Amino acid sequence: MGIFSRIKKGFSKTREALSEKMGAVFKPGRKIDDELLAELEEVLLSSDVGWETTDELLSRLKDAAKEDRGKTEPEELMRQVIASLLGEAEAATEPADNNEKPRVILVVGVNGTGKTTTIGKLAHYYRQQNKNVMLVAGDTFRAAAIEQLKIWAERTGCQMVSSMHGADAAAVVYDGFESAINRGMDYLIADTAGRLHTKSNLMKELEKVARVLKKKRETAPHEVLLVLDATTGQNGLVQAKEFTRAIPITGLVLTKIDGTAKGGILLSISRTLNVPVKFVGFGEGLDDLAVFDADTFAAGLLGDKETLESS
Amino acid sequence: MFDELTQKLDKVFRRLRGMGILSETNIHNALRDVRRVLLESDVNLKVARDFLARVQERAVGQEVIGSVSPAQQVIKIIFDEMVELLGGESARLLVSPRPPTVYMVVGLQGSGKTTFCAKLGLHLKTKGRRPLLVAADLQRPAAQEQLEILAESIGVTVFREKANRAPDACEAAMDYARRNSLDPVIIDTAGRLHIDQVLMAELEEIQQRLSPAEILFVADSMTGQDAVNSAKAFYDKLQFSGAILTKLDGDARGGAALSIRAVTQQPIKFISTGEKLDALEVFHPSRMASRILGKGDVVSLVEKAQEAIDQEEAEKLEQKLRKREFDFEDFLSQLRQLKKMGPLAGMLEMIPGMAGRLKDVKVDEGALRRIEAIILSMTLEERRNPKVLNGSRRRRIARGSGTRVQDINRLVEQYQQMRRMLKNFKGGGPGMLRRMMKAP
Ligand SMILES: Nc1nc2c(ncn2[C@@H]2O[C@H](COP(=O)(O)OP(=O)(O)OP(=O)(O)O)[C@@H](O)[C@H]2O)c(=O)[nH]1
Ligand SMILES: Nc1nc2c(ncn2[C@@H]2O[C@H](COP(=O)(O)OP(=O)(O)O)[C@@H](O)[C@H]2O)c(=O)[nH]1
Ligand SMILES: [Mg+2]
Ligand SMILES: [Mg+2]
Repeated sequence: MGIFSRIKKGFSKTREALSEKMGAVFKPGRKIDDELLAELEEVLLSSDVGWETTDELLSRLKDAAKEDRGKTEPEELMRQVIASLLGEAEAATEPADNNEKPRVILVVGVNGTGKTTTIGKLAHYYRQQNKNVMLVAGDTFRAAAIEQLKIWAERTGCQMVSSMHGADAAAVVYDGFESAINRGMDYLIADTAGRLHTKSNLMKELEKVARVLKKKRETAPHEVLLVLDATTGQNGLVQAKEFTRAIPITGLVLTKIDGTAKGGILLSISRTLNVPVKFVGFGEGLDDLAVFDADTFAAGLLGDKETLESS
Repeated sequence: MFDELTQKLDKVFRRLRGMGILSETNIHNALRDVRRVLLESDVNLKVARDFLARVQERAVGQEVIGSVSPAQQVIKIIFDEMVELLGGESARLLVSPRPPTVYMVVGLQGSGKTTFCAKLGLHLKTKGRRPLLVAADLQRPAAQEQLEILAESIGVTVFREKANRAPDACEAAMDYARRNSLDPVIIDTAGRLHIDQVLMAELEEIQQRLSPAEILFVADSMTGQDAVNSAKAFYDKLQFSGAILTKLDGDARGGAALSIRAVTQQPIKFISTGEKLDALEVFHPSRMASRILGKGDVVSLVEKAQEAIDQEEAEKLEQKLRKREFDFEDFLSQLRQLKKMGPLAGMLEMIPGMAGRLKDVKVDEGALRRIEAIILSMTLEERRNPKVLNGSRRRRIARGSGTRVQDINRLVEQYQQMRRMLKNFKGGGPGMLRRMMKAP
């Protein structure tokens, strides 16, 4: 299955109900008038976009409509507006240096968002590209977190470096880095304990992890992925802001889009922080990860059946 | 955020000052700003709409109280309405007539079920029970190990079997609990999506085979608009009996609490406030309401409004007392105030000479309820003029309120004492009040 048909699968579970609702908003031939805007507002707000970003999207839509002079269907226009807002973040980030080995990917986020599972899927994703991947069990706090990651390492045929429960997270990740260098790995993916962004000691711990990696190599970590649960509401923006303050986030991963939540808070994050979304997770299996595609996401948000099916 | 809202509301209401009554248009405009606050706090859009309609209904036509700004008055209505919608504050868990009692813990992936199971186990263990934790999450890698480690850390027995299906594992756990006299049985199920029909049916099967006393739905306080969908689907399938809100040690506003209550009507029984296993708390609707509306600010604001309102009533009362008109009707309204506001905020505090003296008075809720029942069983005449309470009237009231004649006698006596005491404000004291509170 290709990437897009897989992400489509993720969205499709809830598509029916939603597109029924959206069908009314986007009947072909509808004009962008107050009524349509009100209905759209409802859809966006119900998807956790938040009212500030909703206001902004709708005003952008009005501007776009003025320029477009009715050539494009409102639905298509709305999708473009959403995708372009996401694209702005993409454009703002510089392409990272791809050649260095191993590339260190640090995976962070609040409790229970799907970090460890995403690491399993990512490992699988790179293994399928015949890359050598090593995992490092940087969550030394939660009960059985190491065992959990170990199972993913076995499933994906990756090596794993770990220490004991309660060990210093930065030290474990550092060990993992050395070992990945020595064994010529292409990727080192580090799990970290879930932490609320309000806990300053835990955020400091994260800074320390980044610091020890930097000590070894200035360029590491090459990627810091913030994992965000699609069910998250407005707190998602606060999370993204606070994690960014502790450690430079290079990308977002949106998980659990196989549920009914749309993950609209991504739009507020993109708008405020210029962090691109890199992957989406849509299940608990190895294959349930796809590279993020703004257009598909926008279509999912708007419950647009056709675009999802054709992508 | 909240200061901002108050300012906005103040602006909306400025013109209203001195007009006497909260009008529909005024309130409608004000509530638009409130809607934004609710959305910002993740209250579901539709839930917010219904909620504000109720607020509007309650506010329209209300007399503007001279000493409070209309904005404050509306905010107080919003606050009260929200507290009411959030429900009571009972963390009591049902117990089955035939042990072992089963608590089944369900919810979406990563919401905090396993941690909560362990917390509940610890909570019940400290209450002298011998719980059994059942590792029925056969889905997530190392989920059973996680529960096992947590159980060990709190010295609670854990049941874990390499069964193929969770319902079978649960059934086996029940046998184990019976054989070892363990009670209650707490079942940690795998996280699942509410739209996953196969896995939802599996929960239903566990429910049918084990007849749990409670099914507890664990929800993440960071959940946004989708809370209504998951809560409703879980409720429709399982009729869960209570919800648990987790990760409240963070800074999410927790509007999901309101959404979940609104679509399921089930009480929120506990809140989880940390990863440590003793971080389990009783749910307080008023704390949650102030969190949803913007943390501390609103509490002080509401208190201020309350104080002003109380002051006005206190003045009315004072006048009544001066004229020796204080009757059981006033008594009842005082009791209700006490019940509503707790021991410290009672109206009596407002009476000169009484302030500060009530600090250590503990209100016995049960006694208050009995007193209330007694007064409610009186006729209007009896309330207004307690002198008419003869023997046969007292017997009738006792029957009507489910109390004994002695209780009526004591209450009448206390009423008379209180009247005497209040007549010259300085004559009474906390001791007096405490006696009153504890009786009958
Ligand atoms: N439906 C669905 N479930 C997911 C997805 N990603 C993760 N999960 C589930 O969500 C739960 C939490 O996932 P974890 O990977 O353990 O999350 P985590 O962020 O590592 O959690 P902590 O380390 O405990 O903070 C598990 O039950 C996963 O199986 C997804 O994309 N869709
Ligand atoms: N900060 C915080 N973390 C919590 C709380 N409850 C659970 N967690 C964490 O959230 C994550 C998921 O919890 P878990 O109990 O495994 O969730 P489950 O997948 O529903 O069983 C873990 O990292 C827990 O340590 C809480 O109240 N506060
Ligand atoms: Mg993890
Ligand atoms: Mg669990």
